[in-house]
Parts: sequence; C-alpha cells; structure tokens
Amino acid sequence: MVSRGLQTIAGIWRSRRIPLAWLLLTRQPMRLAVALAGIAFAGILMFMQLGFRDGLFEASVTVHKLFDADVVLLSPRTTSSIGMASFPRRRLVQTLADPDVIGISPVNWNLLLWRNPEARTTRSILTLGFEPDDPIFLDPSISSQARLLQNRGWVLFDERSRPEFGPVAAWLKQGRTVETEVSGERIRVAGLVSLGPSFGADGNMITSRETYQRLMPSSPPGSIELGLIRLRPGADPDAAVARLKRLLPGDVRVVTKAGFEELEKTYWRTSTAIGFIFTLGAGMGFVVGCVIVYQILYSDVSDHLPEYATLMAMGYRLPSLLGVVAREGLLLAVLGYLPAYVAGQGLYALVRSGTRLPVVMDPQRALLVFTMILVMCLGSAGLAMRRLGDADPAEIF
Amino acid sequence: MRSPTAIDKPTGGAAIAVRDLSHWYGRGDARRQVLQDVELSIDPGEVVLLTGPSGCGKTTLLTLVGALRQVQAGSVQLFGSELLGAGRRERQQLRRRIGMIFQGHNLLRCLTAEQNVQMGADLLADLGYRARRDQAREWLRAVGLGDHLGKLPHDLSGGQKQRVAIARALAARPELLLADEPTAALDSRSGREVVDLLRRLAREQGCAVLMVTHDPRILDVADRLLRMEDGRLFDQDPEAR
Repeated sequence: MVSRGLQTIAGIWRSRRIPLAWLLLTRQPMRLAVALAGIAFAGILMFMQLGFRDGLFEASVTVHKLFDADVVLLSPRTTSSIGMASFPRRRLVQTLADPDVIGISPVNWNLLLWRNPEARTTRSILTLGFEPDDPIFLDPSISSQARLLQNRGWVLFDERSRPEFGPVAAWLKQGRTVETEVSGERIRVAGLVSLGPSFGADGNMITSRETYQRLMPSSPPGSIELGLIRLRPGADPDAAVARLKRLLPGDVRVVTKAGFEELEKTYWRTSTAIGFIFTLGAGMGFVVGCVIVYQILYSDVSDHLPEYATLMAMGYRLPSLLGVVAREGLLLAVLGYLPAYVAGQGLYALVRSGTRLPVVMDPQRALLVFTMILVMCLGSAGLAMRRLGDADPAEIF
Repeated sequence: MRSPTAIDKPTGGAAIAVRDLSHWYGRGDARRQVLQDVELSIDPGEVVLLTGPSGCGKTTLLTLVGALRQVQAGSVQLFGSELLGAGRRERQQLRRRIGMIFQGHNLLRCLTAEQNVQMGADLLADLGYRARRDQAREWLRAVGLGDHLGKLPHDLSGGQKQRVAIARALAARPELLLADEPTAALDSRSGREVVDLLRRLAREQGCAVLMVTHDPRILDVADRLLRMEDGRLFDQDPEAR
C-alpha cells in the first residue's frame, strides 16, 4: 500500500506542469504585494474584531473562573456581575441538607468606589467579601494571603487592575504601606492577587465579609450576593442543581459553575451591542478583502486574456485554465493569511498589554479566519473566472 | 487521453482536406460571405503559402482549419476527422495536434523562453516533467536560442521571440502547423531566418504547414502557393510570381 502511494505521488510529480498560477503571481511583484496587503489587512481586521469580541466575553468571567465551587446560588434578580442582587444567607445554609453538599461559602459582591491613593480620584472597583477561613478560590496564592484579611480594614488588591486605580502594586513592592479610602472608609492594602480586569470592572479587590459590612453599611448582615456550594467528589452537579431547585423556594436561583459563567457571557452577548458590533466589523473586513481580491484577479485575468486565448488555441482546455485562476486564488489565500496571522499575534500581544484583556490566538479562531480568507479568495477567483469565458481563441489570429 | 473519435488517423491521407467550404459573418441583413466554396488539400510534410489582400478571408480560413471556429457549411477534415458539427471538446482535442504561430508572438509574458516552450511540450501527457523540459531545451537549441533559455520575452528581440514561438509550436509535436504572417514584425534578415527554420523543422517532423503571408521575400520556401481573393481560393504557379 505504501509503495503504491509513493508510486502515485511519483506519478503526480512526474506529470507536473509549469506552475503557471505561481509564475503569474510572482512575476508581477507589485500586483502581488497589493493583493497580499489587501488580504492581510482583511485578515488582520477579522482577527482583531473576533479577538476583541471573544476576549471581552472571556474577560467577563475572569473572576467567575476563580471560584472553587460546583454549584452556585444567585438571586433571581441578578442579571450580571454588575447587577448582583442579594438574597438571604439562610438559603445557602439550607443546601447543607443535600447529601452531596460538603461545603458552602457566602460571598458578597458589589461595585464600590475606590480612591486612587496618588491622584485622589475615585473609580468603581469590584469588591468581593468572603469569610477568610473559607477556601473559596482555586488559586492557592489567594488562599495563602486570606488570613491577612482577618485584620479589620485590610484588603487584597488585584495587581492587574487598570492603572487608574493608582500605583498600588508598585508602592507595595517597594515596601510602602498603602492606605486609601473605599466608600469613604479607610482601608489598607495587605497584599496583591492576580485576577485581571473584566468587562464590568476595571479593577478588583478582595476583603473579608466583616470589612465588607463596614464599607457597605446599608447591606443587611444576613444577605449575600453569591453562594458557593462544593459537592462531594464524583457528584453530578446537574443532578445536584435539580435537587436543590426542588429543595429551595423561588427566591434563589441555582446554577452550576459553568451555568454561572454562561449567564454572564449571555448577558454581554444579548443585552449589549458588543457581539453585533464586532461581528459586523469582522464582516466588513471580509467584504473589503473580497472586493480587493476580486479586483486584483479580475484585472489579472483581463490583462492576460490574449495569453489565455493563446493557450486555448494550443489545445489547453478551459477547465485547466479555470484551474489556473483557482490556484491563483488559493495561493493568494495562503500567502495572505501568513502575514495576517503573524500580525494578529503581535496585535493580540499589544492588546493584552494595553487593555489587559485575555485576547489570545485560539486555534478555532485561527481556523475560522483562514476559512474566511479561503472563501474570500476562491469566491473572488470564481467570479473572475467568468472573464475567461471572453477569451476567444478565434480572435487571436 | 485523446478521445477515440479524434484520433482515427487515415493511412497516408492528407493532413487537411477542405471541400466546398463557405463561411459567413453576421446575421440577417448584415450577413456577409467571407469564404466561397473553398477547396484545399495539404499533405504531410508539404509547405503551402497563402497570399491575398487583407480582408479576403485568409485568416478566417486559418481559424476554420485550426478548429478555432465552428464550420458552417462544407467539409473540413483534419487528420481524417470531420470538423463540420464537431463539438467544443472534440475541436480542443484536435487543436493539440496543430501548432500555431501568430503574427504577434503571443508568448506568455510571465514565463521564460524555456517555460514558454514547455507550455507546448506540457500538452504531451505521456512524458514526464524532466523529459518535457529537456525537449523544450532541445527545441530552443534547434531554433538557435540555446543561450537564452532563462530570458523573459521582454528581454528578447522580435526575431528571437518569434523563434521561441516556433519552438513552442513544434514542441507539442504537431502534425499541422498554421502560421499567420510570422515575419510581419521582423526585419528581412531575421524574417528569412525564421521561415527557413520553420520549413526545415517542419520537413524533419513530416508536419504540414499552412502559412499566410504578405511578405514577397519568403514566397520561395513554398512547395505550393495559393492566392485568395474575395473569399475564393486560386492556385498560383510558383514560377509565375
């Protein structure tokens, strides 16, 4: 079988012809450069728009992903991380009746006003309040600092928060004591954690529920915004959710952790124009690319019409000439995609450092953009082929 | 590769046999006859020159014989295959057995001399790539361009380009060569060289040649001289010119 395969390949290699499509493109370097610039531009535009879109959706759940929980309790009035409503804490305690539940942790969640310790300006910061003894985070570096929060008024600050919150991390690393105000109350930054900004919040801080109560005196002590539930290892979260829904009254909502993340993403996808805007932007890139490639291929075919007619007169079949145009399209797609991919990687790195959004080149998007460029180039080649029908070998004498 | 209908080669028959060929351009009132009852037969290895004033139908005859145009009335037999009523695919298959040399050289601008000639040789499906490339080189040497293999048409003189075109036409091993004023763009010396070369190579290949020309300097290469006037074809005595 292998030798037969090799024979087939050798046969194909033997019967190869002059690579006309390649030569047509490369012997006109200016036209090729324009075409590749156009395709690469379209590709970069698609990469950026889709990258932003996915990055923003992904960023909306950076905090959600940190929790060590299998099932989550929310208020039915909660719409998203920027619209967290509270519910009675005793609902969370009630879940302990379920045999699969092995641990519960109440969490307070709200946006508070942080005063920049340097510039004295204020900005909304996402604040999480939890019991410092509860192991609510997957990240051990957070849990290890949690005992610091037993001091009243101490907080952990997210070092990946946007710079508008002040040079907190830099000061702390210099050994300075960083104190500032949150909601008018004095707090002290006890340590740094690494979470990352999300859609709704430019910065994050973590504190104890006790400190949280001081910062938010209007919030009743028995109410929480988020209830984390850990299940016995091997338990099915979906089955637990179904059981807890039967157990609890309608004033709380039970979802899995994945459902919690999905709720947040769905909010940004459906309640805002973000998804539409960025998808539209990617679509624009696609259309622009189509127009450029079509123009290039059409004028290329037009310029070489007498030559195509000559080849037809020599006995070349129309389909084999159409194949030349199709291969030109294919080559343009591959050659144009490579710079787009490299530039996309670079721009993603730039976006990551500039906005701290988790924009990364994931293989699925890389494939999607390649497919779109391929469709763009082959579609344009298909349209440009119609021009070949005008090549009349009888006219060249 | 070739369709069986196209390949029936008559034993010892003429390369071209044309009978009662008439052709019209246009439709309705604008319809105009360009060829009238043309009779023509060319044997393998024979070199036939066709002269006549412009617009008399020479080029039309060439395109009909070259299977580039649909035959309307009469009969054109190429290597024993009837062109009247022949389909697009059948005509394309027959064209592979015809070499064509044009007034302009019609070389592919983006290909080197060698690659241009190989475009002709590439039509020979039974040969490997290397064999076809070697053939292309051999043909270029045969037309005296062995030193210009890698040059683009842009860098060649008019005579050199026309010689590349001849090499390309011959590289496909044609049984019939059609040439439309191959010397029109050349000075007298290179024009002479080109037709002498054409004639010698065609003879060696046993290839029939039909050449349209206005050039009185090259008429002596012909085995037979034909004259066309107002769509009619006359024999012209080569001695009488």
